[in-house]
Order: sequence, then structure tokens, then C-alpha cells
Amino acid sequence: MAKTVVILGGGTGGTMVANHIARSMKDEIKRGEVSIVQVTNNPDHVYQPSFLFVAINHARVVDYTRKQKTLLSQGVELLVDPATKIDPKSNTVTTASGKTLSYDILVIATGAYPDFNSVPGLAEAADNFYTAEGAEKLRDKLMSFEGGKIVFTVDVPHKCPVAPMELTFMLDDFFRKKGIRDKVDILYTYPIGRLHTLEPCANWAAPKFEERGIRSEVFFNVESVDPQKKIITTVEGSEVPFDILISIPAHKGAPVIQESGLGDEGGFIPTDRYTLKAEGYDNIYVLGDATNLPISKAGSTAHYEADVVSENIISELRGLPVSHYYDGKVFCFVEAGLNEATYITFNYNNPPKPVPSSEMIHWFKLAFNEMYWLSARGIL
Amino acid sequence: MAGVHIDKTVDARGSYCPGPLMELIKTVKAASVGQVIEVLSSDQGSAKDIPEWVKKVGHELVLNEKAQDGDYWKIAVKKVK
Repeated sequence: MAKTVVILGGGTGGTMVANHIARSMKDEIKRGEVSIVQVTNNPDHVYQPSFLFVAINHARVVDYTRKQKTLLSQGVELLVDPATKIDPKSNTVTTASGKTLSYDILVIATGAYPDFNSVPGLAEAADNFYTAEGAEKLRDKLMSFEGGKIVFTVDVPHKCPVAPMELTFMLDDFFRKKGIRDKVDILYTYPIGRLHTLEPCANWAAPKFEERGIRSEVFFNVESVDPQKKIITTVEGSEVPFDILISIPAHKGAPVIQESGLGDEGGFIPTDRYTLKAEGYDNIYVLGDATNLPISKAGSTAHYEADVVSENIISELRGLPVSHYYDGKVFCFVEAGLNEATYITFNYNNPPKPVPSSEMIHWFKLAFNEMYWLSARGIL
Repeated sequence: MAGVHIDKTVDARGSYCPGPLMELIKTVKAASVGQVIEVLSSDQGSAKDIPEWVKKVGHELVLNEKAQDGDYWKIAVKKVK
């Protein structure tokens, strides 16, 4: 009887794990000893980092979308049928259509989602670039914007922690090139007492903000937004007006995690930071944004975690003990304008050290946007 | 440590991003008024920036000490509003 690996989630982490195992175990799959089933909500796979570029009209969502089935290696069975319940006691997953899937090993890569209802008034008042629809709507506003006040707000937890700063730099550059920078007031806000949670990033950004006339306010945690008066009120007591509010709201885990009682109050799964197994469950792995780990929620994190999860699953299926451990590695490109970027890399024990931004690193970032599809296929 | 009742502990050791204070803000927001949240942080900057935020928002700092059994800090905050 085949050992079955069920993978929940069709994003970066789930797809990389499915392909990595399928490519490494093609003989076992052919012999019917192993089967891999990927369960997703969506027949399409969208490269979410493209939304940053969509918002400034430098990319289109359609160009960063592929059919999920075209990304999967031979041997991976795709089921487009949202998972609605996980039962770890019986090792089963139930789907929206009523199917029950049994697993020997479960991989949870169900992601994180911006919760626009996390703050009163936010859903009505805010724009965003964390969803495809949001990025396109924001693009339409920004392209016709002739002046006024743009305010960025950031809540926790959220995906891609450098993206708010990136769009800030890109908009500064965009409005300069358009010749109306003097008519646009850009206010970047942040929840803690500096510009970014990574102190080296905050120190890297601060002089650029000064030089480019980008205003900032720190210790800024949104309590409510008045959509009619267009005013933000913070927990710390500030009241700030805006013309365009670009908000990165607090994120939540997938509904199936909460429905199954596997998550914390935000729907994130308690996960061992080294083995990436769900705490208390020896046959459940968790990766990407679905974990409760105190590390960046980002595609890069899922990418490095996918290597660990895949190799350990392959070992377990072959009767070997797990031997790979995640060290907290993350790598992020950071745009510093429309034609320059830096990068950061860090892990549990070593903080990042941003290098001076350059045009070459910007082109690396754009190149990776295209190479991503090789990574998703488990090739790069 | 004696006498401090902790309702929830956030182990943010080894966290550079989002970092201990961001983890604390997330947890405090989800907590009930009166609950005490403890953060474990390997970043010595937490001993300064967490109390700074707590003071600004008006919560109560109930513990800020280096752990005796390791190279990390224990900082506890009571949500008061």
C-alpha cells in the first residue's frame, strides 16, 4: 500500500515541497509505493511579489500567473478543492466537496491572509498591494494621483516585511520622475520605534528618507480609521489625515487551521523552529506563512524551509530518521527606488547587513521574478 | 520572577524579523485586558525598546530582567486598556 503525502496549499512552499519529493522519488511513485496529493483553493498560481510592481504599473498580474497543474512534476496529483477540516487523530483531511483524504504525512502550507477587518474602518478606507485586486485598484489611483498625502500603515503580523518600505521608495522615485514630487506628501509609519524591525535595515533606510524628503512616524499602531473624514487614529494617540491610505493589515492564518483547532489566536500553527514539525504531531510538517515561527512571513522563508521539509519527508518515507534542520535562513531583495536595490540575508543567529544599493541588485530582483517559476518547479 | 503571574509567553529568541517587539504587539492586541504577556528575547535592544513602547501606549511593565539560565531577556507586560 502506497504511503501518501498530502500537501495543503498551492503557493510557494506547498508547490516546492510537492515537486522536490516527486522529482527525488519518481521511481517509488512509479512503483506505487508513494503517492503525493496537493490540495489547493485555486487552479492558478500567482507570484505575489509581483504586486509591488503592479501597484506602480511596472507589471501585470496576468504575466505572473500560471496554471498550477503546469508547475507540477509528474507524479503529483492536484486536487483543486479547498480543505475544510484536518483531523490529526484519524490522519484525514476533508475538502469542500466532501472528499476525505487519508495521509501518512501531512504538509501544511496554507499561507497567511491580510485581514482588512482587523481594524474598524480599514476595509472601507484603505488601499493595499497585498492582493491582486488591491494592487490593481491602487495602481489606478496612483497613476492618476496629482498631489496630496499618501500614508503607509503597517500592522503585525504581515507578509514580506520589507515591501512597505520598498513601495515607499518606489513612489518617491515615481513622483519625482513624473515631476510632481513637491505636490505629494509621503508619510511612512511603523509600529515600533524605528523604520524597520531589522535594525540594520532601519539604519540603512533612515538617511535615504532624510535625503528624499520622505516623512515618517514611528510607534504607530492603527486603532481605527474614519473612512468619511479620512483620518487614522493610533493606539499611541496620533490622528493623521490622508488622501490615499496604503495599509498592510494584520494577517491571519487560513480558515481551515482555525476550523481544525490547530492554530493560535491568529490561526498560525505552533511549529518546531528546527524540524518544522507541528508541535505535538510527528507526521505533520508546517512551512511558509502558516507557522507561528518568529521569522519573516515571505516566499524566501518558505523556499528555504521547503528544502528541509522535503528532504526529511523523503528520509522518513525511506525509513531513515530526519536529518535536516532549518536554521531560520531568509533572503530578501529590497528595492530602494525604481532602479536600485539592496538585499538582506539572515538566520536565527546572524542579523542582516544590507549592502549599498545598486542598479545591478535591482536587475537581480527583476531576474528572480522570472526565475521564480523554476524555483516553484523544484529546479532552482 | 516570584509573584509575577504570566498568562502567555512569546519565545522570540532568534527573531530578527519581525522581532520581539513586533511579536509582543501582535500578542498584546489579541490578549484580554489584565493579562500578562512575557517575551523571551535574545536581542538586548528589547530591554530598551519594549519598555519604551509600553510607556508610550500606557500598558504596564511588570518584569525586565536577564535570565539566569541563559543569554536572553525576560520582559513581561500587563495589558491595562
